[in-house]
Amino acid sequence: MAKVPVQFTLNGSEKAEFVESGTTLLNALRDKIGDTSPKGGCHQGTCGACSVIIDGELRLSCLTLAETCNGAAITTTSGLAEGGVLHPLQRAFLDTFATQCGFCTPGMIMAAKVLLDHTPNPSRDEVVEALSGNICRCTGYEPIIQAVLTAARANSQNAA
Amino acid sequence: MALALQTFPTVKDANAALKAAGTRYLGGGTLVVRAANEGDVSVSGLIRSTDPALSAIAVAGGKARIGASVTMAAIARHPDLGALAKAARAVGGPAIRNTATIGGNLFAPAPYGDFAVALLALDATVDTEDGELPIEAFLAKRDDSRAIVSSVRFTLPKADGFRFLKVSRVKPKGVSVLSIAAVLERAADGTVSSARIALGCMADRPMRAKAAERALKGKKLDQNGIAAALAAATEGTAPITDPIASAWYRAEVLPVHLGRLLLA
Ligand SMILES: Cc1cc2nc3c(=O)[nH]c(=O)nc-3n(C[C@H](O)[C@H](O)[C@H](O)COP(=O)(O)OP(=O)(O)OC[C@H]3O[C@@H](n4cnc5c(N)ncnc54)[C@H](O)[C@@H]3O)c2cc1C
Ligand code: FES
Ligand code: FES
Repeated sequence: MAKVPVQFTLNGSEKAEFVESGTTLLNALRDKIGDTSPKGGCHQGTCGACSVIIDGELRLSCLTLAETCNGAAITTTSGLAEGGVLHPLQRAFLDTFATQCGFCTPGMIMAAKVLLDHTPNPSRDEVVEALSGNICRCTGYEPIIQAVLTAARANSQNAA
Repeated sequence: MALALQTFPTVKDANAALKAAGTRYLGGGTLVVRAANEGDVSVSGLIRSTDPALSAIAVAGGKARIGASVTMAAIARHPDLGALAKAARAVGGPAIRNTATIGGNLFAPAPYGDFAVALLALDATVDTEDGELPIEAFLAKRDDSRAIVSSVRFTLPKADGFRFLKVSRVKPKGVSVLSIAAVLERAADGTVSSARIALGCMADRPMRAKAAERALKGKKLDQNGIAAALAAATEGTAPITDPIASAWYRAEVLPVHLGRLLLA
């Protein structure tokens, strides 16, 4: 199978790789580039564990072909902490015990980040809607919803 | 996974490439890539086109034309397509809606195809590389279609003339138990002068509830007026059975939900 070049920015740094045509972004990120923060749960679009942000939009990396991302700006959860300081969402997930086994966490954080980027002060319903494509088998969701609302409050306090 | 993707700048070139055996068009890929991930080896080549016309939305003179690559998220947030926002938001979760295209929804087998149900009620016209087709004829022949859909056109419904409902078990998102879309016109005395009702999950693809449409004509939208339409709602249906619901269950609850939609 012919290899094709893919080139995009990942968390602000340029990446270029050769992948087999038809490789999903999830496999390219994990197996080629070494960013294992997006998780492969179902490879069917149903669990959301592979969620990443592509050009500002929440997308499922398991259903996205890597070669369709040429020139894109991709954000994953591994790019959120700055110099060892956790992102407010990561901090809030820890503080509210929103992560147990942790498998869903990077996807949840991506979905929450897109929400807060557009809606800094979301209602509870907006949080539920934003996370509706992400499955968690551990927490029962309530601590995750609280984490997102907590991070939103922390953001608006910082902005004030 | 042995899948080769070919990208073409024009729909015409992509359409020509799609004539090769083993190829399939790639829209957003929520169904195509999922099938490949699940081990579907019937497809070896994916074809897509980055033609900007495929991503355009044009609304003018009460009519809308939506390019086949337009996503559910783009429809849901478009200021002139407010009437359809509910149907677009009914498709999957946020990440799916950012990827799922209107073109792909026309091909999605039940329990999917919620947006196509809305388009069927709107009597949309489907533009393909082989010419245009009314959506009903398009849906009937879609399994044999090898031509790329370039856009979908329809007359925008009058305010409150279009109704849409999706029933799912998991809230706020979830696969359909069924979906219903209706375009209703009423005379000055409040009686129904014309009705187009489309159903999702009541067959392998979106279908019209023609008996119910006939039974509504000349009737008022009240309990008595809609009774005959509800009694006829399941005529001609062959609901799917899947993990969400059995065919029996879908047939049982269809009149209940149709009633709610008509009385809303
Ligand atoms: C987790 C999950 C949840 C979902 N939930 C829903 C839901 O609630 N409601 C719903 O309706 N659907 C749902 N879907 C199904 C699917 O996402 C949508 O139906 C979507 O609109 C399909 O569009 P696509 O662009 O992703 O299609 P693709 O996967 O790209 O294509 C699907 C089919 O259509 C053909 N095709 C696509 N575009 C064209 C074109 N322009 N011309 C010719 N052929 C074309 C492809 O060749 C393929 O056969 C869900 C899917 C997943 C994975
Ligand atoms: S791995 Fe992509 S949605 Fe589950
Ligand atoms: S913490 Fe285990 S799946 Fe969410």
